[in-house]
Amino acid sequence: MIYALAITVFMVGLYAVCCKKNIIKIIQGVIIMEYALNFFIILLGYRKGGIAPIINKITDMHTFAAQSVDPLPQAIVFISILIGLGLLALMVALAIRLYERYGTFDITEMKKLKG
Amino acid sequence: MINPFVFIALPMGMAFLIALIGHQYKKSPDFLANLTMGILFILSAICYGKSTIYYIGNWSPSIGIPLVLDGLSGLMLIIINFIGFMSAIFSIQYIEKFYTSKLRYYGLFLLTIAGLNGIVLSGDIFSIYVFLELASISSYALVGFGCGAEELEAAFKYLIMGTIASFFILLGIALLYGATGNLNLAAIANVVQSQGFSDPIKIAFIFLISGFFIKAASIPFHSWLPDAHSSAPSSISAILSGIVVKITGIYCIIRLVYNVFGATVLISHILLYIGLISIILAGIMAFMQTNIKRTFAYSTISQLGYVFFALGIGTPLAIFGAMFQLFNHAIFKPLLFLNSGSVDYQTGEKVINKMGKLNEKMPVTSTSTLIGSLSISGIPPFNGFWSKLIIIIAAVQANLIGPAIWAIIGSILTLSYYSKVLKCCFFGKGAQFNEEKWKSFREVPGLMLIPVITLAFMCIIGGIFIIHGYNGFFGRPVKDIINGPLWYIQSVFGSYK
Repeated sequence: MIYALAITVFMVGLYAVCCKKNIIKIIQGVIIMEYALNFFIILLGYRKGGIAPIINKITDMHTFAAQSVDPLPQAIVFISILIGLGLLALMVALAIRLYERYGTFDITEMKKLKG
Repeated sequence: MINPFVFIALPMGMAFLIALIGHQYKKSPDFLANLTMGILFILSAICYGKSTIYYIGNWSPSIGIPLVLDGLSGLMLIIINFIGFMSAIFSIQYIEKFYTSKLRYYGLFLLTIAGLNGIVLSGDIFSIYVFLELASISSYALVGFGCGAEELEAAFKYLIMGTIASFFILLGIALLYGATGNLNLAAIANVVQSQGFSDPIKIAFIFLISGFFIKAASIPFHSWLPDAHSSAPSSISAILSGIVVKITGIYCIIRLVYNVFGATVLISHILLYIGLISIILAGIMAFMQTNIKRTFAYSTISQLGYVFFALGIGTPLAIFGAMFQLFNHAIFKPLLFLNSGSVDYQTGEKVINKMGKLNEKMPVTSTSTLIGSLSISGIPPFNGFWSKLIIIIAAVQANLIGPAIWAIIGSILTLSYYSKVLKCCFFGKGAQFNEEKWKSFREVPGLMLIPVITLAFMCIIGGIFIIHGYNGFFGRPVKDIINGPLWYIQSVFGSYK
C-alpha cells in the first residue's frame, strides 16, 4: 500500500508541473516528483525488521543474507539526489534570469516563441 | 585494443581542464576542445567494426558496470564524435561573434559529448540514466546560453519536458529493478526472456518507452523541440538535432526494444504508426513556419519519423534502412543548421521573408544548403535518396502498401518546404527583402566553411555506403540489432573471464 502513496505523491508533483502557472510552483512540482521517486526506490530495498547492510568481522553471512536490506537502491538514491541538486540549481538560475527579462513569474505571459 | 573508457574520461577531463585554465590562457578553450574532438573522432573511427567489453574494476557483469562496444555502439560513436568535431570547428568563430564566455561554452559542449558517449557505451541501465542526465543538463544550459528572453524561455520549456521524461525513465528503471532484481541490461534481458513479459515489467516498459519518446520528440511528445532547437546557438542546434535527439531517444529505444525486451508485434505497430504520424504532421507544420531554424527543427521530427517507421517494419532490410537514414540525417541536418548559423552570422536574420539573393553574396553557403536540401528531400544521387528508397522498398516487401504511400507523400512534403526556404533565402527573394542591407553581405570566414564543405561532400558521396549491403559499412550494427536479446546476453556474459 505504501507504494501507492509514493505514486500518489509523484502524480501530485506531475499535476503541479502540468497545471500551475507560476514558475516557482512548477519547480516545486519537479522537486516533489523527485522526492516521490527517491522514496519509491528506497522502498524497493526495504525489509521489515531488516539490519543495515554493513559487513564486519563478527557478521554471520547467513543471517546477513536473510536479514539485511538491499543496499543497491540506497546507492541509486544517493546518485539521484546529486543529479536532482544539479537540476534544481539550473532551474532556479533560469527562473531568476527569466524574472529579469520578463518581470514576472507567470508562464502564460512568456510567449515570445510561437508554434 | 583501445579501452572504451577513454571515450567518457577524455572529454570529461578536458571539460574540467578548460574550466581551470581557460581564464589564464584565452586561446586554450578553442585549441583543447578541437584537439579533444579530433582525437575522439580518430579513436572512434579506429574502433569501428570491432567489439570489446570493458568490465569496470573487473567486477563480474551481473554486479559491476560493463562498457559494451559492439557494432551499434560503434556506429553511434562515429556519428557523435564526427558531428561534435565539425560543430567544434564551426564554433571557433561563430561563438566569438555572438556569445561571451568560450570556456563555459566548450566546457558544457564537452560534457554533453561525454554524456552521449557514456550512453552508447554503457551496458547498465542506471548508468545510462546518469549519462542521460549529464548530457541533458548540459544541453539545457547550452540552449539558454545566450541569456536572451527567447533562449531562456526555450531552455525552461526544454528543461521541464526533459525532466519529466527523465523521471519517467527513472521510475521505469525502479520498477524494472523491483521486477527483475538487476540493473544490467543483459541480466534484465535474461530474466525477461526466461520469464516472459510479467505485469510489472510491462508497466516498467511503458514508462521507459514514453520517457524515451519524449526525449526523441516524436509527434505526440514533440512540443519542446522546435523551440529548443531554434533558439540555441546554431552550432548547438547542429549537435542537438544531429546527435542528442538520436542518442537519448532513438538509440535507447533500439537498445531496449531489440536487445533487451525483444520486439513484439504490438511494439512494432506502435513504432510504425508513431513514425508515420510524425512524418506527415511534422512535415505540414514545417511548411507553415517562417523562421528558417524552426523549419529545420520541424524537419528533424519529420525525418526521424522515417527511422521509427523503418524500425516498426522490423525486417532486416528495414533495419538497414533505419540505420542508413539515421546516419544520413546526422550528416545533412547539422549541415543545414550550420548554414543557418552562417546566414545568421552575416545577416543577423532568421526570418525567411526578410532574406533573399544570398547565392550571389555567399556562394559556398548557398551551394551547400542546396546540396543538403536536395539530399534531405530524397533526390538522387544524394545519400538521402538511397535511405528513403530502402525504407520504402522494405515497407512494400512487408505488404505495407498504404504506409509506404504515406511515406512517399512525406518525402514530397519535405521537398516542398525546402524549396520554399531555398527560393526565399538563396535563389529568389522574400517579401520584405532589404536591398540596402544586402549590399554589405559577404561570405563567412574560411574556418566556418571547413565543416560545411566536409559535410556537403559527405552528402554527395554518402550513397556509396549502400555498396556491399549487409557486408558493408552498416553490416555490423544491423546484425547486432536483428540478432536480438539472446545474442546480447551471450556477448556480455560470454566474454567475462
